[in-house]
Amino acid sequence: MEALDLARWQFGITTVYHFIFVPLTIGLSLLVAIMHTRAVYAKDPLRKDAWTRMTKFFGSMLIVNFGIGIATGIVQEFQFGMNWSEYARFVGDVFGAPLALEGLAAFFLESVFLGLWIFGWGKLPEKIHLLTIWAVALGTTLSAYFIIAANSFMQHPVGAALNPETGRAELDPSQGSILTVLTNVTAMAAFPHVVSGAWLVAGAFLTGVAAWHMVHHHRRARALGLDTEEGQEQHLAARDLYRPTVRFGVLAMVVAAVVLVISGDFQAKLMFEQQPMKMASAEAHCETSSSVPFSILTVGGPDAFSEDCDGVTHLIEIPYVTSILATNDPFAELQGVDDLNAQYKEQFGETVTDIHGDEVAVDYRPNLFVTYWSFRLMMGLAAFSGILALWALWVTRGKGENARTTGSRLFQWFAVLSIPMPFLANAAGWVFTEIGRQPWVVHPNPDDPVVRLMTMQGVSNHPGWMVLTSLVAFTLVYGVLAVLWFEMMRKAALKGVPLAKRDPETDELDTPTLSFDY
Amino acid sequence: MDAMLDPTVLQTLWFFLIAFFFLCYFVLEGFDFGVQMNVGAFWRRGDGTRGTILKTVGPVWDGNEVFLITGGALLFAAFPEWYATLFSGFYLALLLLLLVLIVRVCAFKWRDKVDSLRWRTAWDVVHVIGGVVPALLWGVAFGNIVAGVEIDQNHWVTTSLLGLLNPFALLSGVVFVLLFWLHGTLYLTLKVDGRLRRDANRLAGILVWPTIVAGAAFLLWFQLAHSNSPLTWIPVVVAAAALVAVVPLNRARREGSAFVATVVAIAGASLTLFGGLFPYVLPATDVPANSLTVANASSTEHTLTVMLVALVILLPLVLAYTIWTYRVFRHRITDDDSPAPGSQLLEAAKQSYRNTFEQG
Repeated sequence: MEALDLARWQFGITTVYHFIFVPLTIGLSLLVAIMHTRAVYAKDPLRKDAWTRMTKFFGSMLIVNFGIGIATGIVQEFQFGMNWSEYARFVGDVFGAPLALEGLAAFFLESVFLGLWIFGWGKLPEKIHLLTIWAVALGTTLSAYFIIAANSFMQHPVGAALNPETGRAELDPSQGSILTVLTNVTAMAAFPHVVSGAWLVAGAFLTGVAAWHMVHHHRRARALGLDTEEGQEQHLAARDLYRPTVRFGVLAMVVAAVVLVISGDFQAKLMFEQQPMKMASAEAHCETSSSVPFSILTVGGPDAFSEDCDGVTHLIEIPYVTSILATNDPFAELQGVDDLNAQYKEQFGETVTDIHGDEVAVDYRPNLFVTYWSFRLMMGLAAFSGILALWALWVTRGKGENARTTGSRLFQWFAVLSIPMPFLANAAGWVFTEIGRQPWVVHPNPDDPVVRLMTMQGVSNHPGWMVLTSLVAFTLVYGVLAVLWFEMMRKAALKGVPLAKRDPETDELDTPTLSFDY
Repeated sequence: MDAMLDPTVLQTLWFFLIAFFFLCYFVLEGFDFGVQMNVGAFWRRGDGTRGTILKTVGPVWDGNEVFLITGGALLFAAFPEWYATLFSGFYLALLLLLLVLIVRVCAFKWRDKVDSLRWRTAWDVVHVIGGVVPALLWGVAFGNIVAGVEIDQNHWVTTSLLGLLNPFALLSGVVFVLLFWLHGTLYLTLKVDGRLRRDANRLAGILVWPTIVAGAAFLLWFQLAHSNSPLTWIPVVVAAAALVAVVPLNRARREGSAFVATVVAIAGASLTLFGGLFPYVLPATDVPANSLTVANASSTEHTLTVMLVALVILLPLVLAYTIWTYRVFRHRITDDDSPAPGSQLLEAAKQSYRNTFEQG
């Protein structure tokens, strides 16, 4: 493989890996902040006890997750210089700004206040301490905003002009400069989509972990007998401790799903205008036609997806849906992959100059197989979360003394199985949007296609073995860390939360303090 | 040639803002590195003491590291050519640095997450590596930045990895390690109590001598061979005087003042390097015309203005809450560092672990 392919693999691996942890951090920091707030403001001591324990329980997992998110984030920032130096030179005047803003506005906030939250118990007044976790949640969300703004410049450059003297993209005051970059319509659509995706991850995580324990305690209670003191204790653990958390997680998933669907629909319509090739590839839609159906299953020979779009066969389709997705008009005409390819060759040339000054032939089609399937995976995997939410709501129905819990093994395992699904959906979404943008690293804006760069023009001038070295090194270290992370998360999740005990003399609960430590 | 050596006011300001971020990073993360090295220096005191040592930076190291992350991003925004040439040119060295920085973060976050001595010991080894190796690599990197490397007309570095390991850069690396170690040891005398405090004081008294010798040799070499300005004699003298002042201050157990002295020494050394590098950002040793300079490596005046406005708004806020954090955690860490024999110490550490982690 050439350095270009290796550098792309490295970016893909390190980014998808980084984005395993990031959505959980973004989502969980918000959900923990809400739980912490409920703990601080709860009037009923039993409720206060339950939310305090849950805050600690999920807080300790948040900390484990935070560490690896930060660690892998460093690589992301430096990688633009290491492997994509020509890209960095081309866009640095524009692209560096949101990254720097991310550092100034978000990274300091989340790192400093996470330290304050972890170590601040007892040293800070209760409500100031509560504010620190909200600062962390704000920081993680802001960080997502700036990085999405940066990424959106690659999807749909705005606010910049090409300087013919330097051959570089530069912020353009006459187009609104940085404010235009930060309010890019592509970013406005992608930001709620990414953040609600993170909420879905955290909601499913909360529901999955809490549901596992709820079922566990429910079954223990039935095994011991509800009339025994111990059985009653187990019953209360299921009903008063874990059931509220299960429902809280479901609520987060429902809110996330609403935002995801609305923003996703908006994004799709936008993408049909801004990157029609990406969307045509997502549907394996080869020839321009009207009333385009939505493909559920498409197959093709080994070469069909990369070499010859017409070699694919659409097996299952829903009529009109893609046209509706794109324009709200079921009869709309949409351009196909082959026509777009021909059109781009005319507009941008049959060849481009690579970093060594050589003219190379270009094909403007992304990898159809990956684009098509990652799009379907992203949406399909989310179905798990929908089933989990409905199922969890059903088994926890009722109020007060009639509030139900369940002992269903099937539900228990489904809840656990549902935890990784939104993670995978997030990864698939990023693979889709990044692979679908190829062969561009900065996709031309259809309104003003001057600012554009192909991926092969952005790579550093490195020998293959050097990039291979770093690819192997990162993958190995990341692999080891992933195993450790998973084990720690699993152990922390399995540990659960001990029951509140009442002091027989004062009748007070032994609610723990909200302290963590290294 | 003249135009590339004649930066605008805004470019000059940004160069020194980048210098400021690296200065803060070295002063703040410098003692984190030193504290981690002391996990190795006090290795035989056992698990409990090593935990106490690490606790002294527990709440702050993360924020300290953000000076690098943000400094790197600001470098990208303000000097994209410098960022692109430097990070692609020092590829393998940077790879090693990144790998160590990654596992180092995990060492901080994960060390006490599993109650097992073997687990903690393994992460303590990572801590020692995570203290020494980045310090060394930053030294080597800055030695090469200020002395220059071979650069072609595409602004691609052609010096190989072995070429980066020249005597001047290696000396630079050694100085960084010694200086941060001393700095971290003095930080310990401020943050712990009892026997460990006394021993850190003694260790600092020993460390200061090689630091003075190597530091003086490095700064003089730089000033005479590579500095572009006679003005950097001032920070050279200030840094040297501050280092020498550590000797009596440390002897008199003036812990706060001694620590301030190493802060001044690191700041002086950083100013010497950046000040002497100006108006270049990465000199080309073979063809001077290929050099990267403040004038030819920067973003447009417009972008520099935009970023300056953002910085003026955000940086005071960041500094305010960072300083506040240091105030909240200003107290000494004393709980489990008693002069008890090793086994009891371990028990005490385990107990404190249980108190903080186990619920109910």
